[in-house]
Order: sequence, then structure tokens, then C-alpha cells
Amino acid sequence: MNLEFTEEMMMLQDSLHKFLQNEYDFETRQSLSRTGIGYSEDYWQNFAEMGLLGVPFDEEYGGFGFGQTGLIVVMEAIGKGLIVEPYLASVVLGGLLVQRAGNEEQKEAILPALIAGELKLAFAYVERHSRYNLTDVQFKAEKKGQQYCLSGEKSVVFNAETADKIIVSARTSGDNLTPQGLTLFIVDKDAEGLSCRHYETIDGLRASELSFDNVMVDEKAVVGKLGSAYPDIEYVIDAAAAAISAEAVGVVKELREKTVEYLKTRKQFDQPIGNFQVLQHRCVDMFMTEEQMRSLSYLAAIKVADGEAEERIKSVSAAKVYLGDARAIVAEQAAQLHGGIGVTDELDVAHYVKRLTMMNTLFGDRDYHLQRFGQF
Amino acid sequence: MDLNYSPEEKAFQLEVREFLKENYPKDIQEKVAKGIALKKDDYVRWQKILANKDGWVAPGWPVEYGGPGWTPVQKYIFDEECGAANCLRTVAFGLVMLAPVLMKYGTQAQREKYLGDILNSDVWWCQGYSEPNAGSDLASLQTKAEKQGDHYIVNGSKTWTTHGHYADMMFALVRTSQEDRKQKGISFLLIDMKAPGVSTSPIITVDGMHVVNQVFLENVKVPVENLVGKEGDGWTIAKSLLMHERTYIAQVPRSKRQLKRLKDLASKERNNGKPLIEDANFKAKISAVEIELMALEMTNMRVLSKLSAGEAPGSESSFLKIKGTEVQQAITALLMEAVGYFGLPYIKETMTEGWHEEPIGPEEASVLAPHYFDWRKSSIYGGSNEIQKNIMAKAVLGL
Repeated sequence: MNLEFTEEMMMLQDSLHKFLQNEYDFETRQSLSRTGIGYSEDYWQNFAEMGLLGVPFDEEYGGFGFGQTGLIVVMEAIGKGLIVEPYLASVVLGGLLVQRAGNEEQKEAILPALIAGELKLAFAYVERHSRYNLTDVQFKAEKKGQQYCLSGEKSVVFNAETADKIIVSARTSGDNLTPQGLTLFIVDKDAEGLSCRHYETIDGLRASELSFDNVMVDEKAVVGKLGSAYPDIEYVIDAAAAAISAEAVGVVKELREKTVEYLKTRKQFDQPIGNFQVLQHRCVDMFMTEEQMRSLSYLAAIKVADGEAEERIKSVSAAKVYLGDARAIVAEQAAQLHGGIGVTDELDVAHYVKRLTMMNTLFGDRDYHLQRFGQF
Repeated sequence: MDLNYSPEEKAFQLEVREFLKENYPKDIQEKVAKGIALKKDDYVRWQKILANKDGWVAPGWPVEYGGPGWTPVQKYIFDEECGAANCLRTVAFGLVMLAPVLMKYGTQAQREKYLGDILNSDVWWCQGYSEPNAGSDLASLQTKAEKQGDHYIVNGSKTWTTHGHYADMMFALVRTSQEDRKQKGISFLLIDMKAPGVSTSPIITVDGMHVVNQVFLENVKVPVENLVGKEGDGWTIAKSLLMHERTYIAQVPRSKRQLKRLKDLASKERNNGKPLIEDANFKAKISAVEIELMALEMTNMRVLSKLSAGEAPGSESSFLKIKGTEVQQAITALLMEAVGYFGLPYIKETMTEGWHEEPIGPEEASVLAPHYFDWRKSSIYGGSNEIQKNIMAKAVLGL
């Protein structure tokens, strides 16, 4: 047993921290988040040069071959810096889906370009009434000759605005709410009949509503097996949930450190408010939650990498439940302990709070994962 | 023990209900229902309608000052009916907070000068208590008022000033002398927001909105007749005023309305193809907050019953503030959870104007996360919930 980062992972962490320190202060993040496409294309190219975009992918496609555990380092840093570049959307959701389900031709066409920063992906899996159920897919794909006709809507698709290709989950057969009959298609963003509505999200990122009006694709657009995509979808959502569990650790650490620092400097009643036990205990709770989250994010990454479904599901859901608990223990308390300034737009704390809170929603909230955990 | 209203109270309830149905502007109702930000004009318009109806805008005021002179039970009924009808909550600063202070501590001249304009919403007030370095420890405030002839010269800064950018006047706590106990040298002063030397700077809150401000006071001349009570009475006055604020903060009718909104939303949203409200977990969470609210409502009524018997509000206001804000916050969290992914889209215009195009997900979804984040303030303002617990530990439990 060895639960330490490898030397390569530590080097990667080092360069990420240097990048955050030198290039990515909070003001930079805010101005990127609030203008244009919502992030910096230059930084994205930097990420490509640093090798970041290839971290989880196999070496034969130009990746680092670090797999899911390698993502821990990247995602924690993304949390630490509240990075707005579309890593989760493009590398984690899109890239891992192609690596897992794609055929050799698709992998060769997509992964090296993605790793080089020349191509971006997005994954459309949420629908108006699906909530967190990945089998609630009303989006249809019908075979017409040698082609498929895609029609339906997808909601809250992360970073679709800047994606070159969208992977979309569609029902090719079977009843709604059943895992049978789901198929993945990869579609060019500029395909005829595909329209998008882009918007900001409350946590400073970007997402889109997508509408497919009889978009025609050929058979080569199918990713994975026709009608049997559910295990791939569930896998990649678990991989993404494990990834944001690591991102959340980065966020929680920042919130805990900032709150402790504030308690040491803010004086009321002629003393630092950190002298008050009731506040000390809240910070200790934050710290313990952070460490438990770190443990579960490591476990989830290891189990996603191992590949066995039941253990993967249990550990990922456990990590997500803890992430949901962090809303009350870390996010709400960080705001509370900062007092009024903790709920202002100006202070970075509020933005870490927003990200941590919204991460509860991504890939299934606390209730969803508590139930999912209990099914075994 | 009897929860039922008397025939007179029932008749009153009906009268209020009818009046609200006839006179509450539909456009304001819609804004409130959808959680759209209200403008000063909305408040003034509604408050004037209520003022013209025998002073209903000021349920707590006695008849001699133009109020309706209601009993505590009548006030409760009025509050309930307003909540049920999605009424815009009147702004507390003048009507609920300052007016009782002027009635109790003010001079005849001050009452004549200010109360009428408060009742008619012709003069808009804000509160100048907190300072950048005086939050929970309010008594450490440093804004100075030095007497020079028939004026005070005021210097300092106030913060978290709600509606400061709308306000004509501010009631403020200022330091008029340095004493051995910091509470002693504080005075209660009425400051003209248009006086030279007063400036406000917006503070944008986590939801992206501008409601609170920082106010800077630089050599502001305030006539001595704007002092309420005597020099050094400020802390006593503030304490009596904060108690009014806290009872107001419990907001039971508002929470009941929000709970209904939550149930409606959870009935419409889907989970595994069925209404979300049929999900056992979600239902249990709604029930848990409903039980808290039920207990709070009954506790509130017990306090009211005591008030009817002539007892003054004491530290139960701390209790109501803590439990009231906990319930409010729990409901905002569940509202956000109810819409799942649709809590993410942030379309600022929908918070100020409503939707002009096709909504993303449920129509009201885009305001729910901002409201949840904004509502974190409620356990901070009006004396943080930690401070309220300190008060209760000392005053109620004798610790």
C-alpha cells in the first residue's frame, strides 16, 4: 500500500501551483469568468503545453497515462484556483468518454487533438425532466437509411459554446427510464439543425441549452455500442464525480485556510474572533470534513481506475455524499464566519462558496448518491 | 387555551383579506411571487395604499400617531394575510424600527417632524449601525460626533446600509464621548443623507445585486435637535430597537408562503419520471422544515399571547431570530435543490425584470440559487446568530 503521490504527480502539482501563483489570481479569474467565452484560450494552450490536457489519457494517444488518480492533482488545483477553463467538460467528460467507449479510429482522431489543445468536447446528458437519472432520456435518434436523425433537447451542457464536438446521449430503442436502448453520438457543433443558447452559471462557469432539430449524422458518429451505452455513460459520470470530489477538496482547503486566517485577524470585543471556542470548533469541523473528503476522493479515483463497477459506484457515491455535507459544514460556515463580507461579490470567499455549493448538484446531489450507495 | 379567533377577529381577518384582494397591485404581486427584485417605487406605491387605509402600513402604531391601534392578535392576522397574499413586505427602517423609538424617546418636535412622513412613505430611512470594524461588537463603533455650537460634526463610516442609496435620512449610532464602558458614549442621531459630506458606495452581494452600501460621513453637519434622547442614550435606544427588528426577522408568514412555493415546485419537478415530492427523501426534508416552522409559529403565538397580556418583548426575540432565519435558510436550500441542474443558469436580468424569453428549466429556477446564497446573510445581520445565542446563554440561562 502506498497512498502518496508519485514523483511525476508531485512535479505536476508543483507546476500547477506555480501557474496559479504567477498567472491566476482571483481578479484574473473573475475577469475571465465574466467576459467573452468565459475563460482564456491562451491559458488553454498553456495547459496543453504543460501536458495537463493529456493527464488521464493513455500514452499511445499522446497522454501522460496517469489515469484517474492523476486527475486528483489537476482537479485539486482547479478547485484551489477556481479555474474556469473547460477541463471538466472537455478532458474529463468528453475525453474520458471517447477513451472508454470510442473505437480506435475515433480515439486517434480525437484524443491527440484534444491533448494538443486543438479540439474541445462537451457532453450533453441532462434533460429538462431527467434530474440525475441518466436513463431518463427522451432525446431520440432514428435510423434513416445509412444515417441517424437526432432530435430533442439537452440542458445545462458545460462549455458547449467553445466545444468543437458534442457527445450526446440518445434513445435509439427501449422505453424511457430503462438503461437499454441508449446510444452515444458525436456531433459537430456546427451541424445543421443544432442550435444553442449559451449562458453563465451561478458559479462563474458557462453552460448551454442545446436543441437538435433533425440533425443528420452518419453511422460513424456512434460512440460505443449501439443501444448499449448506459455502462459507458454511468462510468464517465462517475469518473467526473470522482474528479470534482478532488476539485472540491481544493475548494474546501482554500475556504478553511481563508476562514482560519480571517479568524486570526478580525478583531471584535478587543480580541481576534478566533479566540471564541464556538468559532474554533466550526473550523475544526471544516478541517475534519476536508480530510475525510480527501480520503474519499482518493478512494473514488482508485476505484474508478480499477474498473469494477459496484465498488466504483459505492466509493464515488460516498465521495459525493461527503461533498454534499460540505455545503453546510464548510461553505455555509465559511460565509457565516466571515460575516457580512462573506456574502459580498468582491471577496473570493463567496465564489469558492458558490462553486462548492453547486458541485453538490453536479452528477447527482447528496440525496441521489445516498440512495445510490444504499442499493448494494 | 384556545387557538380560535373570536368572531370580531374573524371579521377582521375577512376585512383584511378582502382589502388585499381588491387593492394589492397585481404587478407587484407577480414580482414578489417570482422573486424579482423590488424597486423603491414598488415599495412606496404599496405603502401609500396601505397608509391611506387607516394607517394599515403601520400595524404597530397607536391611533394617536395615525396607526390603526391594533391588538397583537390583529397585527398577527394582518401579517398572516399579507403573507398568504404574497404581499410586498413594507420596509422596516422608518415604520417598524425608528418610529417606535421616536414615540418612546423622541421630542414632541421630532415626532411631529418625522412620523407623518414615515407613515406616508415620503421620507425614506436607512439604518447606520454597523461599521467596517464594528459588526458583532457593535458597541466598539467609532463614527464620531463632536458638538460645535448648535451642530454635531460627524466623521466616520457605516456599512451594510440596506437601501442607503434610496434613503433621504439615516438613523445612526455615533460616539459622542469616550467613556470607561464603550456602550456609554454612544448617541442616537438623525442624519440627512443629502447633507454635504455624506456619500454612499454600493456593495454588490453574492447574488450580483445592489441592496446594501457603505456610507461615508465626512465633516457632516447635523443640527443638535436631531439627537434622539440624551447624549449617551444611544445604546439603550439601539437595544430596544433591535428587539423590534428581531421579532420582525422571524418572518413566519413569509416562510409559510415559501414552503408552499417549495411544495408546488416539488410537485411540478420530476424525479425518475415521477413528481419530486413523491421522493421519500425529499418529502422527509420538506416535512422536517415544516415541523420547525410549525413549532416556530406556535412559539411566536405564545410570545404574542404574552404581549397581549402586556408583557414587553425580552430575549425571546433572540430565539425567534435564530429559529426564524434557520427556517428561512432551510427553505431556500430546498428550493434550490428542487430544481437540480437548473439552479446553475445565472441570468441576472431575470432577477430584476423577470423572463422576456423562454425560461431555462422551470421559470422561477434562475433566482433560486442567488436567493439561497443571498439568504446566508440572514444568520449574520441583525446581530449574528452566534451573538443571539450568547445573549440567550446570559440572559435566559444565566450562564
